[in-house]
Amino acid sequence: MHAHLPILPILIPFAAALLQMACSRLPWQRAVGFAATVLMLLVCGWLTQLSDDGQVRVYALGDWPAPFGIVLVVDRLAAMMSLLCAVLGLATLLYASAGFDERGQHFHPLFQLQLVGLCGAFLTGDLFNLFVFFEVMLLASYTLLAHGGGLARTRAGIAYVVLNLIGSALFLIALGLLYGTLGTLNLADMASRLLGQQHDPALARVAFALLIAVFALKAGLLPLSFWLQPTYSAAGAPVAALFAIMTKVGIVAILRVQAVALAPAIPDLLSGWLTPLALATVGFAALGTLVADRLRALAAWLVLLSAGSLLLTPVHASPQVVTAAIYYLLQSTLTGAALFLVAGLIASQRADCGDYFRAGPPVASWIRIAFLVVAASAAGLPPFAGFVGKLMLLTTLRQTPAGTAIWIVLLGAGFLVMAALARQGCILLWKPQALRVAATPAPAIGWQRALATLLLVAAAPLLAIFAGPLSAYAQRTASQLHAPGAYVAGVLGAQR
Amino acid sequence: MEALLASAIGVLTACGVFLILRARTFPVLLGLTLLSYAVNLFLFASGRLHLDAPPLIRAGATYTDPLPQALVLTAIVIGFGMTGYLAMLALRALAEAGDDRVDPGKDS
Repeated sequence: MHAHLPILPILIPFAAALLQMACSRLPWQRAVGFAATVLMLLVCGWLTQLSDDGQVRVYALGDWPAPFGIVLVVDRLAAMMSLLCAVLGLATLLYASAGFDERGQHFHPLFQLQLVGLCGAFLTGDLFNLFVFFEVMLLASYTLLAHGGGLARTRAGIAYVVLNLIGSALFLIALGLLYGTLGTLNLADMASRLLGQQHDPALARVAFALLIAVFALKAGLLPLSFWLQPTYSAAGAPVAALFAIMTKVGIVAILRVQAVALAPAIPDLLSGWLTPLALATVGFAALGTLVADRLRALAAWLVLLSAGSLLLTPVHASPQVVTAAIYYLLQSTLTGAALFLVAGLIASQRADCGDYFRAGPPVASWIRIAFLVVAASAAGLPPFAGFVGKLMLLTTLRQTPAGTAIWIVLLGAGFLVMAALARQGCILLWKPQALRVAATPAPAIGWQRALATLLLVAAAPLLAIFAGPLSAYAQRTASQLHAPGAYVAGVLGAQR
Repeated sequence: MEALLASAIGVLTACGVFLILRARTFPVLLGLTLLSYAVNLFLFASGRLHLDAPPLIRAGATYTDPLPQALVLTAIVIGFGMTGYLAMLALRALAEAGDDRVDPGKDS
């Protein structure tokens, strides 16, 4: 059982998707999906606890040994990201089961396949396999994005699909180059061959640059980030909340490739250009929050802002910076998802005003408080997790060469976000409606949606309260990530 | 042989990029198809070019690398599925909006 644990976060949602496709009755699909996601949460929790012993666990698919077969690699980072994925999956599935899944067909199998792709992308140790899991994740996300219908979603979907298909083509070119020069697709094997002399360093450099460009497209680095905001604000609330982790897949991939393969062999590939572009992304997203016309659009800009802040970190090979990045990643994913769910609740309470920033029917007071908590965390205000994350990023990035510029941009962006959230939140929630229409009672929210939203909103204070143990864990994760020798030895075995 | 393959990949990529930059969904779809052809040929070349060699290792005989062929097969399947989905999406946008422009413009 222990030996097969690493494959379970991929197998459980896959089996659930098959079971759900066998019978399309909604109660059955909901029950299977819910059971599978709870099971996945337990397995990922167990895996996270097991992997905290610092060992790199390798699962060889079909029992073919590492450089020849495909392997799954579980270290602290991979286990933690799949746990985050399971938590987010459970909350968004709960929210979607309150009626969102009735708006189109096949929501539940696609949702489970999206979880397969996400977990697979975090766990795999093979770059071509990473491509395959990216495609599983993207194909599910294309259809989930279109779920519910409407021209806006179709249009946003076309741009999103075209851009990601071009990204996939670039990914394949990079993989072809890497295989042609290094003769392997296994990340650990690649890292050890890069240190040898039997390859063309210029070609390997070009290939890794292409690979990083593809990951930057997924993460939303500035010249490649114009797709993000229209896509995320067009998606339905639970889908957008699940998408909050998709930009993080690109960031984790950059962190992983940088630490394992690039830092020992090509340490200067990212330096010089990544920090200015990430700062530009942060500035662009902060300006975007000022022009957003609805809460969902604002939340999408905040996802981009957190991606930009995180992209400041991979350049620095210091475990302190990556520790801050991991904590920031956890809290920004959960806060971003919570904001999308709160936006969905507000939209459902305000009839045709939706979540647009104009005075409308009042919403329940617990939703207002939930918005206040999430908004304060997203703006980086104490005492919530957003503040702790931002503080960690700022203090660790202070000593780096671009420290002053980073401080100016991050603090300025924080100010703009605070202004936007305060102003628009007041209009959205506290401004009385000028012409009161006959008071129709707001539609009931239902316990599923309330529970799902509260679960994610509670992350803001909880992550701040447990910041001590969490940052200690993040530190262990970062130091494991920055000891690529153990990763390579763990994957390739002791014979090399 | 190398020159033929390289120029074929180059021409396909150039045509694909040109078509992707058009403003309507149908040329974009064709452009993506051409680009994926170019990528598939490129993946083939990553295992080096061998004539009349089976993808099997036998004593003394020349062989061609079987892995790029497996990769190309995967890439073809995925690319085909994606293109099919994009075609459906483009048709739906055409039916809903009445035109197949990529950029919605000011009016809608």
